[in-house]
Amino acid sequence: MPPHVGLFIPCYMDQFYPQVALASLELLEKLGCKVSYPIGQTCCGQPLANAGYERDTLTLAKHFVTLFKEVDYIVAPTGSCVLHVKSHFPELKGMEAELEKTQAKIYELTEFLTDILQLTSIKGKFPHKVGFHASCHGLRGLRLSSSSELQEPTFHKAKLLLDQLEGLEWVPLSRPDECCGFGGTFAVSEEALSICMGKDRILDHERNGTEILTGVDMSCLMHLQGIGSRSGSKLRYLHLAEILNQALS
Amino acid sequence: MNHPQAAAAFLKDQARASWHDETLWYVRDKRDAASKRLPEWEDLRTLASDIKEHTLSQLDYYLEKFEEKAFENGIQVYWAKDAAEHNQIVLQILQSKECKALVKSKSILTEECHLNPFLEKNGIAVVDSDLGERIVQFLNQPPSHIVLPAIHLKKKEIAELFHEKLGTEKGNEDPKYLTDAARIHLREKFLSAKVAITGVNFGIAETGEFVVCTNEGNADMGVHLADVHIACMGIEKIIPRRKDLGVFLRLLARSATGQSITTYSSHFRSPRKGKEIHLILVDNGRTAQLSRSNYRSSLKCIRCGACMNTCPIYRRSGGFSYGSTVPGPIGSILSPGLDVKKYSTLPFASTLCGSCTDVCPVKINIHEQLYAWRQEITQAQGWSGKELSIKLAKGIFTSPLAYRVSGKILRAALKSLPHSLIYHPLNAWGKGRDLPQPPASTFSEWYQKNRL
Ligand code: SF4
Repeated sequence: MPPHVGLFIPCYMDQFYPQVALASLELLEKLGCKVSYPIGQTCCGQPLANAGYERDTLTLAKHFVTLFKEVDYIVAPTGSCVLHVKSHFPELKGMEAELEKTQAKIYELTEFLTDILQLTSIKGKFPHKVGFHASCHGLRGLRLSSSSELQEPTFHKAKLLLDQLEGLEWVPLSRPDECCGFGGTFAVSEEALSICMGKDRILDHERNGTEILTGVDMSCLMHLQGIGSRSGSKLRYLHLAEILNQALS
Repeated sequence: MNHPQAAAAFLKDQARASWHDETLWYVRDKRDAASKRLPEWEDLRTLASDIKEHTLSQLDYYLEKFEEKAFENGIQVYWAKDAAEHNQIVLQILQSKECKALVKSKSILTEECHLNPFLEKNGIAVVDSDLGERIVQFLNQPPSHIVLPAIHLKKKEIAELFHEKLGTEKGNEDPKYLTDAARIHLREKFLSAKVAITGVNFGIAETGEFVVCTNEGNADMGVHLADVHIACMGIEKIIPRRKDLGVFLRLLARSATGQSITTYSSHFRSPRKGKEIHLILVDNGRTAQLSRSNYRSSLKCIRCGACMNTCPIYRRSGGFSYGSTVPGPIGSILSPGLDVKKYSTLPFASTLCGSCTDVCPVKINIHEQLYAWRQEITQAQGWSGKELSIKLAKGIFTSPLAYRVSGKILRAALKSLPHSLIYHPLNAWGKGRDLPQPPASTFSEWYQKNRL
């Protein structure tokens, strides 16, 4: 029996990046999963909670838990929403067991591919110089890769996958895990800082020869792309799901 | 204090901001290299954190023990509940010694208590003897960093300042030359001061001694030449045993600057014959912080400054943008405990990237405490404007129907509205960023049409 995966698509991705959602769906299907996309998904509440309104996310959280009750796994092409579900969903009185189950079965896409499906020999080509943006919530929240501050064996779940693609050249960066400055409402409340941080990230990629900038959080990429396009940068932006899905076709 | 405004002002000078960022990143890099040379680094962090947790859980016991031992050693111990009491105690000691001028080595606690202006008002001249502190003192500025007080200044500016204040050659920016000039200037002050004030890095309950860590030896010079040593210590600086000290000394300098140890780690136990040591134990909000379960572990801080050096916000907004004695991530969780209104924007001056938490040698979960403060502040402040817009968003996101409809409107608007309207100057997103190209349909529309 193939695992039954419920696909969670963050609200801004549904609106602005349907192609990434579609790539995630196709990718999981190509890899043999039974995927459903429960209709009626809403925002998970992350932007509200990070802005200091966790108490107002109760309805959203209940809705989320109910919507994904039936599936074996919840997979989402985003690190930050997954982290939110795992660690910042408010207490749900009377639904404690369901909440716990939800939190245990939700995975960010790359960790689902490396930890659950355990992909080790993806057959595909992607002959490009790829720079990876390590979004902080995935990096230090979900521990999708080792962090530069810690003394720990190096590991990198996204690199593990991308390295399997023929012709792909991984671009090393001067600051491999510096924040891009998106940060949800931070992007507008601390606009000047946010832009400056984004520009610095783009520069690091450009200096080191990135041709395609990828990552697992479209929100950070949306922010970087917005800055890049305003300043006429030549970088292209693809979510990791798009790269894998293209390479596999 | 409004962090976004201060940060934007700092960023006006792009070149300077990026120099500031690079300078601190260099320090973070050195810290990385130093920490990675110790295979047991993570164990040390855990141990340090555990020792501090334990001490905080029995703080009253250890403080009393410390006081008792210190007293036995001939140290005079005072308790100050707040900054005002602390300053008054210092003043009384100075007055009893008829002291009109003193030297002080770097102490963040005395900054926190605003001791300098208080003493000056009472006719006592204070000379900060740490080089960086002396520089900012000349400029009438507070330190912009807890370990590197003058990190916001360039060599050239220091050369100009020294030319004006110390008569060094105009345009000579040679660091050695400037340091020598400062030494000569400070020597004079050291020789004439009867009283020296220092901070305290660690107080050891078991022995009643305290330890002061510096790189310049200025604390030692000041103390050894003076008749009276006043040490100001926050009550959270206590550790149980002398053998615990090694854990912290190994972490402190590596985290702060990438050195394996500070040049001087001086132990003070008993006054020499004919001399005096006065030790002031200061609360100033620490007990209150201890009682807040979400934030009590912020008291584990050993003031290494690593969270500042690693913080992408601090590096690009400078220490002054925080408007608090302790800037950066740790400051943003300590300061709201002192005055939640005044410092209400600080917990939001972060992307919650978590680098501070991973870098912290005593494992304070700084970014989680920032998150917790946000929850409290929105509630306490009743931020109506923000709350309103967030409520609006909540209204949209909660109802799938409303969410779909408004998304549609939004996407349609993006396609048809003139550029000038979308990128309205009040639209903070659009000021420096383009919006994504709106697609023809949402994913959920596509899915329902093609898959259901
Ligand atoms: S919070 Fe941690 S990293 Fe920051 S100054 Fe204190 S001990 Fe150092």
